[in-house]
Amino acid sequence: MGAGVGSELVEARGIVKRYGNLLANDHVDFDIRRGEIHALLGENGAGKSTLSKILYGFVQPDEGQIIFEGRQADLRSPHDARALGIGMVFQNFTLIPAFSVLENIALFLADLPPIVRPADITARIRGFSERLGLSVDPSALVRELSIGEQQKVEVLKLLLADARFLILDEPTRVLVPHEVEALFSTFAALKAEGYAILFITHKLQEVLAGADRITVMRRGRIAGTLERQQADEAALVSLMFEGGSIAREGVSRRPESKEGAVFLELRGACARAMGGETALREVDLCIREGELIGVAGVSGNGQKELSDLIQGLRPLSRGVKRLFGRDASRWTIRRIRQSGVAFVPEDPLGMAAVPGMSVRENLLLGTGKRYNSGAGIDWPGLEQDMDGSFRRLGFKMPELAAPIRTLSGGNLQKAVIARELAHKPRLIVALYPTRGLDVLGAAAVREMLLAARDSGSAVLLISEDLEELFQMSDRLLVLFAGAIAGEFKRGDYRADEVGHLMTGSRRARQ
Amino acid sequence: MRAAAALRALRQIAAWCLIALRYLAVIVVALAVFSLILLVVGKDPVKAYADTFAYTFGNAYGFSELLVRMSPLLLTAVAVALPSRIGLINVGGEGQLYMGAWLASAGALAFPSLPAWILLPLMAACGFAGGAVWAAVPGILRAKKLVNETITTLLLNYVAPMIISFFIFGPWRGEESSSYPQSAAFTASARLPSFFNTRIHAGLLLALAALLFYWLVVEKTRWGVQIRAIGGNPEAAERLGIPLVLYTVSVMAIAGGIAGLAGMGEVSAIQGRLRQGLSPGYGFAGFLVAWLAGTRPAGILLMAFVFAIITSVGDILQITQGLPYAVVNILMAVILFVVLGRQPGRRETR
Repeated sequence: MGAGVGSELVEARGIVKRYGNLLANDHVDFDIRRGEIHALLGENGAGKSTLSKILYGFVQPDEGQIIFEGRQADLRSPHDARALGIGMVFQNFTLIPAFSVLENIALFLADLPPIVRPADITARIRGFSERLGLSVDPSALVRELSIGEQQKVEVLKLLLADARFLILDEPTRVLVPHEVEALFSTFAALKAEGYAILFITHKLQEVLAGADRITVMRRGRIAGTLERQQADEAALVSLMFEGGSIAREGVSRRPESKEGAVFLELRGACARAMGGETALREVDLCIREGELIGVAGVSGNGQKELSDLIQGLRPLSRGVKRLFGRDASRWTIRRIRQSGVAFVPEDPLGMAAVPGMSVRENLLLGTGKRYNSGAGIDWPGLEQDMDGSFRRLGFKMPELAAPIRTLSGGNLQKAVIARELAHKPRLIVALYPTRGLDVLGAAAVREMLLAARDSGSAVLLISEDLEELFQMSDRLLVLFAGAIAGEFKRGDYRADEVGHLMTGSRRARQ
Repeated sequence: MRAAAALRALRQIAAWCLIALRYLAVIVVALAVFSLILLVVGKDPVKAYADTFAYTFGNAYGFSELLVRMSPLLLTAVAVALPSRIGLINVGGEGQLYMGAWLASAGALAFPSLPAWILLPLMAACGFAGGAVWAAVPGILRAKKLVNETITTLLLNYVAPMIISFFIFGPWRGEESSSYPQSAAFTASARLPSFFNTRIHAGLLLALAALLFYWLVVEKTRWGVQIRAIGGNPEAAERLGIPLVLYTVSVMAIAGGIAGLAGMGEVSAIQGRLRQGLSPGYGFAGFLVAWLAGTRPAGILLMAFVFAIITSVGDILQITQGLPYAVVNILMAVILFVVLGRQPGRRETR
């Protein structure tokens, strides 16, 4: 390492990457300095992931070159990148749950001796973990660790393998507030030792809290790079959206009026776990007409199971489910949907659409018998209703004949929402509805949920985004290990308290 | 506007040409590989293919035999194509065909005195029911998430001929030919009518009707939308309230029934009695037809014709070059390999 802190470590010159007609990276010039924390910001599909995967040798660019420490680097695979000291933590961790922390780290070492002496590796882990705030028990099994701890293991893995440049793809997505803080202090400690860090995100606050320099990508190009001193939220938003700005919704207020009819009620609801799922334990939940209830929790604590239970995808093993005043414990999915329950999923392409079918056909699915006409379908009737629904939501109706998989993530989510809301559902279950959406798309979805609430629907919003939940919920529940760990009234939320309940590190106040 | 429409039409034609070219390439590669095998056993592949051409296109009889072979191929191909649209792989066309033949024969033998206009529909219904039951069992097991339908349909292929054997060696053994394991000959009213003094029979019309039915149901009806939804994304389909179990079992049963009709056609029009080996592997060939055709109806029609030629290769080589009939299995296996080899491309074109 000839040069000191602040000199260029990695440089990308004229990177071009095409996927079919899509230009994922369009002549990207980009650099990382030694000892800096660099944030890569941009909306979905801006090309952030592609660029980071190119830097890690996971994807090969069509044009352009990577310069590492002043020399051209030929990164044909992650193996080449690791040999240079480049490491990456992917969004989905690459750990083996049944192995211990030590074993997972040992597996990754390039210089692993034929006979492994655990004490040596433990010593090496300790060498890093204590001074960098990455303390994890090396003998613990990975499946017993929280997501935050698993992330620490991923980082340790890279450090022990002598990585000096760390790339993290959306590292904060799965973390609760105090874990995010801990991650950023680890970043600071790493920076102090001369490591360079690149992290991807689309959360503005994090960028401003944790980065030295910020590069914004827009539609495959670099929209600009700012030093932290120059950056503020407005500047970043205008770079991300070409001068656009997000309408800041005020804190939504629900008229504290009459107690509406109960739309959904769970009493002591339990559900068994299958495979890697979380069992639901004695969940009590009650949503009234015109009420938006938020459910906070680290994903994997029963959110999916709760939403599946309400939708009828899994049976109750104990307890009662009542919908609109009637016992719905044994209703089929179809009957539940017909009674006026809609579902807005986190992953519309996987959970609510059939990728190969046209937009038109996808809009038909799940509408029950409404558009049956003999053996065929009343397509004009469907189109008319859906057109109305898109218009009410202020969305543009996509080309109906195109396969739905050709829509972008945001437009697909909008199409699913328009379908689900077309027939004025009385209960909307939304599972991470804004996850993966860019800032504008997320704002549109939130507005839509609030509007549905205001017009008398009941909304159950399951999310990991605490800010979103604090802003929107009339009441907030915290789900931990399949049980309701705490309940808060509007205006009574405290981020640290909710965060601790989410991670199980504190009992609920009574 | 008109230019755009013309351009779109042109593009559609180009797409079709590309598909046709791809079919052709598969067949050519397979035939080339098969030539090597023929060379290894010391036979002349050029002569073999020339003979095949002469015996099939060379005269009216040869050509009519192709159409005879097409009927069961079309039916068994539809029996594969329909479940594939719901995401199921039915490898059991052969067994379903045999069960259809068996139950249709039961009808023919039980009511020999009925007039044709009652007996033939009855036999068709029996044939359909036989195949339907044989496919519904794997359907139920699959819908209950117990066993994969690919395995059960395949294994049931080996059970069906044994049931037939039991009956033709036992209770149904014919009086007049008791030295052969076969049933008594059907009465005239149990025989499907043939046309033009050839063996082309009404089963071909039935097969074309089944193909039309397949296309109409899948592409034009509301059931078709739901079937394709389940096939395209079962999780989403379930979440959207489409009854997966009902559709899985019904589609399998209908598909099996269609394969069963092929069995009914064979015993009624071709064999005139129930015997072993009444299908030279039509069920398996039908699987290849459907797979190669990418389950498109026009493709199935074309591929059924091509496979009618290929299955006659066995007979022809037996006569002209003294090769066992089973060589045709090698050719079909080669085709299967080529098809599987280009599998990744197939998905995108769907």
